[in-house]
Amino acid sequence: MKVFENLISKVKPHFEEGGKLENYFYGFEALETFLFVSGTQSKGTHIKDGIDLKRTMFTVVVALIPALLFGIWNVGHQHFLAMGEFTALADGFTDKFLFGSLKVLPIVTVAYGVGLGIEFIFAMIRRHPVNEGFLVSGMLIPLIMPPTVPLWMVALATAFAVIIGKEAFGGTGMNIMNVALLARVFVFFAYPTYMSGDTVWVAGDASLFVDGFSGATPLGVAYEGGAQALASVSFLDFDLVSMIIGTVPGSIGETSVIAIGIGALILLFTGIASWRIMLSVVIGALAAGAVFSMAGISFFVGIPAYLHMVMGSMLFATVFMATDPVTAAQTNTGKWIYGLLIGILGMIIRALNPAYPEGWMLAILLMNVFAPTIDHFVVQSNIKRRVSRAL
Amino acid sequence: MIKLSSGFDIKILGKPKSEFLNVRQPQLFSLKPSDVIGVGPIPKLAVAEGSRVLAGEPLFFDKPNPRVQFTAPVSGEVVEIRRGQKRAISEVVLSADAEIEFHRFPSVDLASGSREDVVDLLLQSGAWTLLKQRPFNTMADPEATPRDIFISCFDTAPVAPDHNILIEGKEDAFRNGLQVLSKLTSGNVHLGVGPNSSEVFTRAEGVKVTAFSGPHPAGNVGVQIHHVAPINKGDVVWTVKPQDVAIIGKLFSEGIYDAKRTLALTGSETDHTGYFKTRIGASVETLIKGHLKQDGVRVVSGNALTGTAIEKDGFVGLYDDQVTVIEAGDKPEFMGWLVPSYKRPSLSRTFLSFLRPNREYHVNTNNHGDERAFVMSQEYEKVVPMDLYPQYLIKSILFGDFEQMEGLGIYEVVEEDLALCEFVCTSKQPVQQILRAGLDLVRLEG
Repeated sequence: MKVFENLISKVKPHFEEGGKLENYFYGFEALETFLFVSGTQSKGTHIKDGIDLKRTMFTVVVALIPALLFGIWNVGHQHFLAMGEFTALADGFTDKFLFGSLKVLPIVTVAYGVGLGIEFIFAMIRRHPVNEGFLVSGMLIPLIMPPTVPLWMVALATAFAVIIGKEAFGGTGMNIMNVALLARVFVFFAYPTYMSGDTVWVAGDASLFVDGFSGATPLGVAYEGGAQALASVSFLDFDLVSMIIGTVPGSIGETSVIAIGIGALILLFTGIASWRIMLSVVIGALAAGAVFSMAGISFFVGIPAYLHMVMGSMLFATVFMATDPVTAAQTNTGKWIYGLLIGILGMIIRALNPAYPEGWMLAILLMNVFAPTIDHFVVQSNIKRRVSRAL
Repeated sequence: MIKLSSGFDIKILGKPKSEFLNVRQPQLFSLKPSDVIGVGPIPKLAVAEGSRVLAGEPLFFDKPNPRVQFTAPVSGEVVEIRRGQKRAISEVVLSADAEIEFHRFPSVDLASGSREDVVDLLLQSGAWTLLKQRPFNTMADPEATPRDIFISCFDTAPVAPDHNILIEGKEDAFRNGLQVLSKLTSGNVHLGVGPNSSEVFTRAEGVKVTAFSGPHPAGNVGVQIHHVAPINKGDVVWTVKPQDVAIIGKLFSEGIYDAKRTLALTGSETDHTGYFKTRIGASVETLIKGHLKQDGVRVVSGNALTGTAIEKDGFVGLYDDQVTVIEAGDKPEFMGWLVPSYKRPSLSRTFLSFLRPNREYHVNTNNHGDERAFVMSQEYEKVVPMDLYPQYLIKSILFGDFEQMEGLGIYEVVEEDLALCEFVCTSKQPVQQILRAGLDLVRLEG
């Protein structure tokens, strides 16, 4: 601790006005405030709550760790399954975890490195402190990418998301759309050939895969062939238990209901994420799913509505993406409407869409754009109430 | 009984003990023009350094409003007229006599006197300055007739004094003061009482008594107004504190401006807490000299949320009945946002403090983070028990949208009502400062 204090006080004058490195002040300041909460005293109220944005963001990262850890292991597990080795769950834990780490950690590093690098540059040029928003986005981006995504694509997608999606609007707190989802959407639309096909979901050389192993996710299988196909997949069990534990192919962080569930509990317990949004997305999705099933128009033949929650990215999107405080609706009433519409829209894109089965990123991005409108009407009704009270 | 659920009781160390402190009276008292919103920085002085005044005699008045006299709370000599930047008058300092001598005002009979006579006596005596007006929290306008007058008889701010103790010995004057106030308004005088309020308040006659319960800011008069008779555009409402009602009552029953003020000394950094009977504008020097636990403290006139920082020999503000002494938080804290080095109060459940809701905290003035853009939502709404959207109100002030400000209820709130928002804000926004800028904008240009 003293070591850091001395180092900082020795180096700081170079970054302050008149020093040689004064243009890099806010880069230095970001590192300084990471290590030390400053001795700035409160000017308005004389006491302040202990919470700050760093602590809030850190809590979200902690909530993401179970999904990250399971995802790392699962990438290894799916790879070895495809190679026909270590087929039992408990087999080769170290091998699987190591393989997964070698695949996933570079993606995490690239996402954080590119994103934070761009944020630091913008902060130093614009002369404002580096804001903490990317601490979370940098962890979200890898978790929604397929494990075979090339690193250069991650870098490009992150750069796009941070520059166009965030900094162009004014930085943390000013963005309209979810930054991590923008990165995913960029990859999805800009490089469709890389992202299509079933083999993207399992890491490794596809030519070495065991015969008959397709690498398709449960979502893909259910989309193509309905409940029947789901029950008769070879090499893998796509039953409810496996999908809840998460031992199925998919994006790195989205497969395990248990891991995401732990994250959801952390976020709800600490009050960082809105339970209203999570609940209304689920209600909207289940209601829409039930309607489509009953009407027989869903592409997912024979799949009950609740099963949708454990397939694909729905749970991850509900818990971590829809609840992003900046881009979601900000009034309590607005949050219910926002969540319901995300659930319904996401289900429409999933179940009624002949082109591709995954709709959550698009539903959330669209509702991000509409969230201010929803809030506007909620606030207007408050204003009308006030005005009519005067009469 | 109106039960309020939104809000947050900040429990800090230093609750005032229910006893009177054995401290001698301060020598110096002062009036600060800056305590009153709407008064210009250079009021017209009626005295000079060296003048002798009796209690109740004029010290200064605001040039646009010459009817409202600011009068001496004590008799004695004007020892100093302190000036700040650009010759603004920051304090008029008086050295008090050992025995206070009072200026005698002509008596006004409450039963037969007219409203104008009542107003005139209040204006001359200086007691008028104790009346505040909403919207904007300025001094009451002598030309206006308020729709109602509201008095909050309990205080829920951090380690706030018990109004039952503050009113001790002044019960008759208080009752008389209520009668005076009834003459001033075309509507009602409303009392807001808390769960433990004494009968002086709960059984007051000729007024409407409403009981409130709930966490802070249930004791704020603005919150009480919202739930009893909200302020609409164009309404004028006055607010007074109970001790000041007693001062007004005594003015009419005995013809003197007896500016008595019982204060509470609170906070963790003073080695004695309790109550102290003195007068308006008292110097805190005798209260805290020799009783501070350390040098690095902040002395606040008022409570820890809305008070003003003063020097260790500074003066209590015109409207304050509390002095809070807390630690200055000027030391950097290694990884403080991740591993706090000392326990601190928080609304957030990312701290385990919520598991022990009755724990009292040693607080300091540290900002606990840097100012950021708005990120979290619904934080403010959790601590404002009123039907409005504080975060939207603050944002509408930041971009100067008059219609939006009015529609969102800027007439209904003043800084103390949103002080808790500033406390809980994750982004450390200066909410009270922004609100004051908005209130001034609407007041001066609306």
